[in-house]
Parts: sequence; C-alpha cells; structure tokens
Amino acid sequence: MTGYFGSYVVVAVLLGVGVAIFAGGLLANRLLRPDRPTAEKLTTYECGVDPVGEGWAQSQIRYYVFTYLYVVFAVDAVFLFPWATVFADPGFGLTTLVEMFVFLAFIALGILYAWRKRVLTWT
Amino acid sequence: MTPALWPPTAQEIVFLLLSVVAVGSALLVVTTRQLVHAALWLVACFGALAGCYLVLTAEFVAWVQVLIYVGAVVVLMLFGIMLTRAPIGRTADLDSGNRVVAALVALATAAVLVTVVIDGFRSAYTPLDPGTGSAKSLGGSIFRTWVLPFEALSILLLAALIGAIVISRTDIKGRE
Amino acid sequence: MTFLVSPVANPGPTSPGPTLADFGHDPLWISIIKAVFLFVFLMVGVLMGVWTERKLISRMQHRYGPNRAGKFGLLQTVADGLKMGLKEDLMPRKVDKLLYFLAPVIIAVPAFLAFSVIPFGPVVSMFGVKTPLQLTDLPVAVLLILAMASIGVYGIVLAGWASRSPYAILGGLRSSAQVVSYEIAMGLSFVAVFLYAGTLSTSEIVAKQADGGSFALGSLNIPLPSWYAVLLIPSFLIYVLTMLGETNRVPFDLPEGEGELVGGFHTEYSSSLKFAMFMLAEYVNVFVVSGVATTLFLGGWRAPWPISLWDGANVGWWPMLWFFAKLVLLFCFFVWVRASLPRVRYDQLMHFGWKVLIPLNLAWILMVASFRALRVDNSPLVIVLMAIVVVGALGVYFRFDTVLQRRREQRAAQEAEEFDQLRDQPTAGGFPVPALDLPHYHGATTGLNRKEVPSA
Repeated sequence: MTGYFGSYVVVAVLLGVGVAIFAGGLLANRLLRPDRPTAEKLTTYECGVDPVGEGWAQSQIRYYVFTYLYVVFAVDAVFLFPWATVFADPGFGLTTLVEMFVFLAFIALGILYAWRKRVLTWT
Repeated sequence: MTPALWPPTAQEIVFLLLSVVAVGSALLVVTTRQLVHAALWLVACFGALAGCYLVLTAEFVAWVQVLIYVGAVVVLMLFGIMLTRAPIGRTADLDSGNRVVAALVALATAAVLVTVVIDGFRSAYTPLDPGTGSAKSLGGSIFRTWVLPFEALSILLLAALIGAIVISRTDIKGRE
Repeated sequence: MTFLVSPVANPGPTSPGPTLADFGHDPLWISIIKAVFLFVFLMVGVLMGVWTERKLISRMQHRYGPNRAGKFGLLQTVADGLKMGLKEDLMPRKVDKLLYFLAPVIIAVPAFLAFSVIPFGPVVSMFGVKTPLQLTDLPVAVLLILAMASIGVYGIVLAGWASRSPYAILGGLRSSAQVVSYEIAMGLSFVAVFLYAGTLSTSEIVAKQADGGSFALGSLNIPLPSWYAVLLIPSFLIYVLTMLGETNRVPFDLPEGEGELVGGFHTEYSSSLKFAMFMLAEYVNVFVVSGVATTLFLGGWRAPWPISLWDGANVGWWPMLWFFAKLVLLFCFFVWVRASLPRVRYDQLMHFGWKVLIPLNLAWILMVASFRALRVDNSPLVIVLMAIVVVGALGVYFRFDTVLQRRREQRAAQEAEEFDQLRDQPTAGGFPVPALDLPHYHGATTGLNRKEVPSA
C-alpha cells in the first residue's frame, strides 16, 4: 500500500475509533444511569417556566442569506488554495497573479453589491 | 499487466461499497417521510461520494466536497427548510401520487446512462496514481489549461450572489 | 527590499523534519499507538484545560476557584465528568430522537479527527520503528481541518433543531451563522501562509518555518524571524480573532450566553453525558484551533529563537515540549480574553466578520501575492499592478466613506430631532413607556421578513 492509501486508511481508522469511543461511552452511560421519567421531567425546559402554547421560534430570512453568502465565499476561498500553492513555481508568475486578480475582482464586486444593498447588516 | 474485472483490487471493492452507500442513501432521500431526515440522508450520500473521490486519488476534490457540499450546501438547505412551516414530523403529502411512474422513469434513465457509459468506456483504464489529485497539480492545470472556465466561474458566482439577493430581499428597491 | 519578501528556507544544521513521503508507511500497531495517544492526550487535555480555565479566571477575579476536590482542585473536572456520566439523561417528549442523539456525536468526532494532521514533533524512534510524531499527513491536510470545522457547524444546527425549543432553535441558528462567517475569514488567513509555504501539508509548513535566512550586518549574522506569525502579522492577527469567533468563545459567545438565550443550542440537553460531549467538543475545538495556529503561524514544534541555538532542541522528543508549551500559552490567551472582555453584540459580531475581516484579508492576500510575484518575476509591470490595486482600494474606501459619513450624519440629525420633539412634548412618545410596535398599539403588522416556525 503506497503512502497515499496508507494515510487515508489511518484517517478512516481514527474515524471508526472515535465513533466507537463515543458510542461506547453513550452505551455505558445508558447502562449506568438511573432512568425514571415522569411527565413533568419530559417537558421542554425552555427557560425554566412551564412552556405555554406551541413552541415556536421566528426563523428569519437573514440566516438563509448569510449562509448563502458563506457558500459563495467558501467556493471562492477553495479556489484560492490551489492558486496559492502553485503561485511561486517557475512557469507561473505574473499571468497567474493577473488571473486571480480578475477572479477576486468579480467576487469583490459581489460583496460590494451585498454591502451597498444593506444585505450585510444584521438588523 | 492488463487490468481485469476479477480479482478486484482493494480500491475497487471499497469504491463499490461506498457507491452502494451513496445509492442507498440517495434512495432514502426521496422515499423518507420526514423532510429534515431527507437532508441528513443527503449528507450521507455526499459523504459517500467524497469517499469515492478519495479512493480515486482526487483528494482535493474530496475534501472540497465535504467542505462545500456537506458543510455549506446542506446547511443552506436545512435553513431553507426551517424557513417554511411544514417540516416537523412526518408530512403526509411528501409523497406524490405518481411514485411508480417516477421510479420507472428513473430506472430507465439509469439504464440509458449505464449502457452508454459501459459501451463507450468499456476498455478505458486509468492507473490510480496518488499525487495527481493534490492542490498543486490541480492548481497547475487550472491556471494553465482551464483559465477561461475559471474566470467564467467567477462571473457565475457573481450572478448567483446578486440573483439570490435580488430575489430574497424584496424590500430593496432600485433607483427611483 | 529583500527583507520584505519571503526568505529562502534553507534547513540549517538541525533536523529538517519529516516530509510528506515519510507518512503512510507506519505499521498498524504504531498507528494504533499514536491514535490512542491522541485520544488520551485530548481527553486529559480537556480535563486539565477546564481546571486551568477555572483556576486562572478565579485568580484574575481575586478568588480561589475550585480547591476542594483533590489537591488544588485538580480532581474537580474528574468529579464533574463522573457526575455527568451517572446522571439521569432526559430525552424530552417533543424532540426528534435520532437527531437529538446524533448531534453531540456529530459535533465531537470531527474535532478529534482534525487533530490527526497536527504535527507534534519530528521523526523519532518509537519502539524501534522510525516514525514521525504525527498521526498522518496529507497533501491537503489543512483542508481536512477546515472540512472538519464545517461538519461541526452541522452538529450545532441539528442540536438546536432537534430540541424543538425556541431558545435552542434560535441559539443553534445564531451560533452556526456566526461560525460560518468567521470560517471564511479563517480560510482566507490561511491563503497567505500557503502563498509563502507553497503547500497545504502541515509537516511541510512546519519545515518551511525552520530557517529564516540571516541578515548580514558587517561581521554579524543576525538570524531573521522565520515564523509566519512575524512575517505575516496581519494574517496572524486576523486568525487569532477568527479563532475566538469560530469556537464561540468570549467575546463572541452570544449564542451561549446564559443571560441571552439560556443555554443556546444545548438548552434542552440536561446535565448528562450528551451535554458533557458538547463541552468536550468545545474545548477540543479550542485545542484544534490553537494547534493549527501553532503549526501554521508559530513554527509548529520548532523551538523559539534562544533555545534553537542549541542543536539538540529540534531533535528527538524535545520538540513535543515546545509544541505543548505553545499550545498551553495559546489556551491561556483564550482564558485571559474570557476573563477580561465583555460580550460583543450579535450585529456588531456579524459586521466585524463580514465587513472588516474579509475585506482586510482579501486586500492583504493581494498585497502578499504581489510581493511574491515581485520576487519571482522582477518586472516593473508588477509594481504598476500593485500601485493600481492600492490606489483602487483607497479610492473605493474613500468613496464609500463619504457615503457612510453622510448616512451617519443623517441618523444623528434624526436622533437630535427626536430628542427636541420629546423635550417639547414629553408625552409624544407615549407615556409611561415609549411606543412598542405591538399590533394593537399602532395597527402595524409584523415585519415582512418574519416567518413563524412551529415546533409541535
């Protein structure tokens, strides 16, 4: 097995060990703890007072908008990573710099638009 | 040594198992009755796909898949689901009435794709060379060969951003 | 101009450290030993970390802190952990059982996974096998860390949602929006490090910080700093701020603040093992971001300057001590900030993340890239390009600054007008309290953007 697959087997083994440890811990917890549920104990805590009416919460569109902006900028950042690694190699240089400048200019236009339209304000 | 279907290498077995996970969780996405659980099965599907990318030595793409698809896109979908009133518990109208026809169409499409791919690429093999999927080699190919799609992608991102803002914020007016 | 551009990394007389090719060849039992050591290290680290935090904060507040359980209160965290493991675990009636159970696991496991690529030391001989003191390394190691952080966001959203309680849902949404905003700034501050190091692999980034070249002053050879925390100070400072925002620590801990949202996304998790896993995940996240800061900015396991003059400082098992010391210092910095600073309001937090950190980061990346291009391709065109970028950025800033000034003046004038009106007619605002925007007061409808989310 070459180094590449060996490394990923180690990562997969670590994932399995981690899940096993936490699942085992939760299982041990279930075996060791007392379990006497009553109706009052199983009501939602909220803030300590008995909950009245339906539990509701206002979910607002600004969470969605910020997550959307996150998706766009995460894709942008993901393209910056390979650029940063090849940037200093011979054969790249000025052209690569200009290419990334153009890319970032378009993205900057996007954030500028969002800023000006007051989308980035958390009301 | 010409690669053959039998005996399968370890990579092929793992790839097969991961693709079974991917197809199975995709099936569960469309058949489950709870909307939030559908989003979670989608996470399992994307995770299995990332595993498939890893087996095919495309590690940069695999981790970007986890970072963007699992970490951002499905969270976006979850937030979108949470904006609506519906999704607590089972929703009775999540299944449409034409499940059988839809399943037949899906099977037929899958059969077409599989036939065409097998017929076209039956004798194509690629060696799994680790190192071709790293950030450095991807960067080399993007910024030498594929620069124009890269710049077009930035314009696409810009358009998506502005479009989403325009559609979602109806209180933003243009110039009078 | 040479002192401004990236110094040539030439490994000195000390060991250059492992490269990517050294990984992936460990026998299975060595990997298992390293994995077990990692888990034990993190669990014990969390125990000691909680104790350190409580003692440090209490000493800063002129009180003793826990000192009953064991000598100096060292067993306090053990006692707390045991208590949480043996308490009754209530699963409230209305929660989504599967998600309620899975959310702590989804938050905790990626935090542990992210530590697998953090280098603890150079190549040592462990039970006769030469192996680097790092569980594994990948050509895209830092991307793995970022991916694990984004899976953690997922756990927060699910924990809040599965609890079906308004404070939990709000806390989960707010916490995830905050983590996501600061994650972009974090990723962008890594780009400058990659521009200098030319790789995403953690062991090679540490190796690149080995030697900064030297500055010949007459007959004196002054060694130049090679840590990226000094060479790329803006990236390091921005990264420190995003560290605080990403792990929901003070001053950015509004989603967890008791006075604000009860417990945030973990309100419905009564004091049981699942709650302990949330706390564990938070502290392990603090360790992960500190480990990443140490690796990418503070030279990893390499000894700082006065100690690095001794040749044996970077060989063998000694580097684990330097790494551990840096980790402890960063953790104490977290605790110090928690003891000193008040909480930042949420809109100020989001404004800071999006409108200050990200543009600053982008501008800094462009500058660093231009400097590197200057070193690689010494043409006047690059200088012209840099000048255009700087002038353009300044122009944009000043243009929008006048707009912002005008808006600020308008708002101040409006407030002064309201003050005058209220002074003349004290009952204009509605006595005895200012008018609230309730429907039966003014007939106003609720805002257009609000949607109700029922939970039952």
